[in-house]
Amino acid sequence: SALERHPPHVGSPPGSLDRLAPDQSLLIFITFSVRSQDIRNTVGNIPMEWYKDYPHIGYDLEGKKIFKPIRNKDELDEFLDKMENPDYWRTVQDKMTGADIRLSDEQVDLVHRLQQGKFGDVNFNEYEPAIDFFSNEVMIHPVTNRPQDKRSFIPSLIEKEKVGKLVHAIKMGWIKPHRPKETTPQYYDLWAKEDPNSILGRHKMHIPAPKMKLPGHEESYNPPPEYLMSEEERLAWEQQDPEYRKLSFLPQKLACLRAVPAYSRFIHERFERCLDLYLCPRQRKMRVNVNPEDLIPKLPKPKDLQPFPTTQSLVYRGHSSLVRSISISPSGQWLVSGSDDCTVRFWEVSTARCLKTVEVGGAVKGVAWNPNLSICLVAVSYDDTVVLLNPGLGDRLVCTATDQLISSYEEPEEVKDQPVQWAVAEGEGHEQGHRLILKHPKAVRQVTWHGKGDYLACVIPDNGSSLQVVIHQVSKRRTQNPFRKNKGLVQCVSFHPIRPYFFVATQRYVRVYNLIKQELTKKLMANCKWISSMAIHPGGDNVICGSYDCRLAWFDLDLSTKPYKVLRQHKKALRSVAYHRHYPLFVSGSDDGNVIVCHGMVYNDLLQNPLIVPVKVLKGHTITHDLGVLDVTFHPTQPWVFSSGADGTVRLFT
Amino acid sequence: MGGLQKKKYESGSVTNYVSRNKARKKLSLSLADFRRLCILKGIYPHEPKHKKKVNKGSTAPRTFYLLKDIRFLLHEPIVGKFREYKIFVRKLRKAYGKAEWSGVQRMKENKPAYKLDHIIKERYPTFIDAVRDVDDALSMSFLFSTFARTGKCHVQTIQLCRRLSVEWMNYIIASRSLRKVFLSIKGIYYQAEVLGQTITWIIPYQFAHDHPTDVDYRVMATFTELYTTLLGFVNFRLYQTLNLVYPPKLDGQGEFSLKSECEEDYALESESYSEKLSALSASLARTVPLVEDEEAELDLFPAEGVRYKMVCCSFFIFLFILFFLRSEGTNSIMCCTLCRCFGGQVSWDKSLCIGSTYDETDETITHHIVDRPTIDKQYINRYYIQPQWVYDCVNGKILLPVEEYFLGVTLPPHLSPFVEESEGDYVPPEKLKLQALQRGEKPQAEDDDEEEEEDDDDDDEDDQSEDEDEANLAEMEEKRAQGKSLSVKVTPGKVKPENRMRAEQEEKAEEKRLAIMMMKKKEKYLYDKIMFGKKRHVREANKLAAKRKAHDDSNKADKKKKKKKC
Repeated sequence: SALERHPPHVGSPPGSLDRLAPDQSLLIFITFSVRSQDIRNTVGNIPMEWYKDYPHIGYDLEGKKIFKPIRNKDELDEFLDKMENPDYWRTVQDKMTGADIRLSDEQVDLVHRLQQGKFGDVNFNEYEPAIDFFSNEVMIHPVTNRPQDKRSFIPSLIEKEKVGKLVHAIKMGWIKPHRPKETTPQYYDLWAKEDPNSILGRHKMHIPAPKMKLPGHEESYNPPPEYLMSEEERLAWEQQDPEYRKLSFLPQKLACLRAVPAYSRFIHERFERCLDLYLCPRQRKMRVNVNPEDLIPKLPKPKDLQPFPTTQSLVYRGHSSLVRSISISPSGQWLVSGSDDCTVRFWEVSTARCLKTVEVGGAVKGVAWNPNLSICLVAVSYDDTVVLLNPGLGDRLVCTATDQLISSYEEPEEVKDQPVQWAVAEGEGHEQGHRLILKHPKAVRQVTWHGKGDYLACVIPDNGSSLQVVIHQVSKRRTQNPFRKNKGLVQCVSFHPIRPYFFVATQRYVRVYNLIKQELTKKLMANCKWISSMAIHPGGDNVICGSYDCRLAWFDLDLSTKPYKVLRQHKKALRSVAYHRHYPLFVSGSDDGNVIVCHGMVYNDLLQNPLIVPVKVLKGHTITHDLGVLDVTFHPTQPWVFSSGADGTVRLFT
Repeated sequence: MGGLQKKKYESGSVTNYVSRNKARKKLSLSLADFRRLCILKGIYPHEPKHKKKVNKGSTAPRTFYLLKDIRFLLHEPIVGKFREYKIFVRKLRKAYGKAEWSGVQRMKENKPAYKLDHIIKERYPTFIDAVRDVDDALSMSFLFSTFARTGKCHVQTIQLCRRLSVEWMNYIIASRSLRKVFLSIKGIYYQAEVLGQTITWIIPYQFAHDHPTDVDYRVMATFTELYTTLLGFVNFRLYQTLNLVYPPKLDGQGEFSLKSECEEDYALESESYSEKLSALSASLARTVPLVEDEEAELDLFPAEGVRYKMVCCSFFIFLFILFFLRSEGTNSIMCCTLCRCFGGQVSWDKSLCIGSTYDETDETITHHIVDRPTIDKQYINRYYIQPQWVYDCVNGKILLPVEEYFLGVTLPPHLSPFVEESEGDYVPPEKLKLQALQRGEKPQAEDDDEEEEEDDDDDDEDDQSEDEDEANLAEMEEKRAQGKSLSVKVTPGKVKPENRMRAEQEEKAEEKRLAIMMMKKKEKYLYDKIMFGKKRHVREANKLAAKRKAHDDSNKADKKKKKKKC
């Protein structure tokens, strides 16, 4: 039976029961079980709370129920019992029977002894002198009388095998009984026999690691004040990713050497250096050690390439909107400009006076003066109409001759179907100078004359249509559509100044057609995204193309179909380019408001490439609506440039 | 015609490179062993010129080694040692498992060890090569020598590093090869010139290290293994060149044995000698007696001429100066190195550290270095200065005036001696002052400077006032002209003075601008890049100068305010 109130193990060191001799523990058991022998419960070692709700607590030997003793003790009774009963402390409840048992004096004594970790038996002496039965001394009489084993007489085979293996291993040198002691000192003169020839080929490929960067003033513990970070710089530094920081530390100013703290990233930095040394791929990189001045090409001085326009001398004011197009009379005396305010103005070049203003029915896209000296005609394009104007300026004879030329037209017998309607201006229009009106199916973008002054080419940009370029013959009032099919969107067209060639610039290519043979002779690749304008050298062998992606390409037709030179001198899209008729000059106008004059010398010698030198940047136009210079043209005889801009002015540079 | 079609990636640069994993497999080593081998043999990845070609068309990031390097590793005997060690560990584990203690004992005795001598010889075929590459070795060894015995690395390693670094410092002192010292916030940078090679290393300030967790100490240990070997051999050879005994021994054993009684307070008998060595305050024993050396040196002077003397003078700036250090522990050692390197003599309080040579009360002491704002007992016949003076003197190679370095005085900025300003760089005014001192110009007293500057300011103000007067006059005239109410007026035209120089310059500038337009795309890109770099450089210099100016102005304003208040 178990004790509940005074369990014997509580407070006693573990293992104290082990020290009890076996016969003694038996003795205790007997003493405990004597009392309960008569009412022995047979339920066995089960949790007694299973019988909590029953009136009985188990069964005796005969199988009868053992009833719980009638106890009606509540907490108060218990307390009173605790206070009054002098034997309360030595009373334990037997779980199996539910009866209270008063422990006798001997039992209490035993419990105390066990708690103190002593032997249960009072009389047991734990410190008895030990008798060494099995000593190393061989006694006359053996302790046991067993005869000796056979194996103690014969040598062990297993051991022999093991020893044999060891011996063999030692013989073979697999096992070294003792390592030979190191005789050489740890450090000695390693480079005593230095042989420069022993340098391996590998060392020639070797890329030595760069040394660590030496610290600057800012790393000092007491740096000059300018190296300390200001508040904003410090904040910026803190917010930056550690990888992208210029300095890996914050510069600090400390009053004295004593105040310098430990640098927390010291080990990190050494470790990173180690990683760099063995993990970082190395590559030999040639540092470009060039004097930037040497990179600039040596060009002839602009001073030696005069004449070219250098200063702005006249401004032609009058237009109220952007001036899209200008053209100069072949004599060089008059200038015509067409603007978005639906007017065409005629100017005297030398005085900048507006002599005449002609109103037309739409924003003027292009004007072109007939290059023939004996004809005074100006082609003006607006919307889908091209008007041939006779400005009535200059020699009266020429003007009347022109009028006569137009009026002397006789209708041919058989009228062909034409894509364009020809009409003769009458009434008010005629008084203003309108002579012929050509109605096109779609808006006309550009007009250009042939050198002889009889043919007029118009561009009607319309992707996919077969009618993008038309050529009119004024004297016969006839219109041709030279191409059955057009590839791409036509940007501009031009006649060859001497030979019967026709240039058509689409978005990316310039096609050169032979008008007589009626075939494609060349296709020039401009290497740009979108051609805006084109001009042909008066010699006829060179072409320049301006493009909206800021490039100017110079083609030498004899050389190749690719550009001989591409100039990227403008910051914004090029709007217009032009060649001078006599001088080796060409000019480009761009949306950045600049007009750049270049010297473009073409040599008769076929072996010598053209010489291109920019000579002057002319500024004057103000940029409005992101548009700068819209059209440029040269004076036919003088080295003068006219430019028209989005600010509604035309300027003359001389 | 004819012939087999060439396959891709079977010839060309792809055959020269091998990826790391392939290399590892070829050597049949684990990654850790491969890394160790690479560290020891100094094999590093190479960046191929055309990475995509080498990577067989893939753009995945991959590190490549030269195939030649890997082939070269194949014959390395140390690879065998690695394998041996691996087997050793396996056997040991087995023996432990079977509780065969005698076997364990035997195996431990026969633990395979390897030496790196041949690797050092192979990596640095000549001694100069080794000296050239000793920078990192020194920094690492100085770092490891400051580690506590915390189990981050072997105690033997720490001891060895400490020994080697002390040996190195002793050599630097004995050969007087220290050139520059810089107190940075990271540590103390030293630069020495050994056999014509400039060697820079950094020593951390002596604090307990806060060991970071994201650092692989095994890698560091492998490097240290290599570096200690290298440094040992270098030290040996360097000591030989100076006829010094290696391992170093102190000169004049007799004196020290007398003092040994009190030294027992600081160190055990076994350690006291190494401690005395590391105090760096005594000179080292030579294999050849010193007297002869001195005579030889004396002979040298007249022969080499004046220039040599000059150089020597700059080396011995502290000749005939006796220092006494009272600064805090760590720095004393550093200072001591400096002072002794440049011809001075050093001592410190006996209670502070082992190895002091003379007492504080010694009357011959000229400079007393203290890193405290005040000191109680002061002697009249010596300067009490802050330690920065020593460093600045060393870097400037002259004895600087001590006034700015007295106790409790705000120190002048400590400049980095490693910065060499090229043209167009920002030069701090302190450096200019130092350069003037080096040229032998006498520094103007600061007050004079200020007064002059003030005068200048006044002049400027006068000029400004004159300008203002003129402007006022012009305005008056204009007003008067308007008052006359003449709508049209002909004024005599002013002759604009043509500045020829300027016109010429402008013309040249335009020519240049036009020529730049004609540059090829590639050259233009390069040109723009160079010019961008130059501009950034100028911008930075300007920024520093502006900052300095603002700082000086604010300082001046403060001073004026104070004066007014007084």
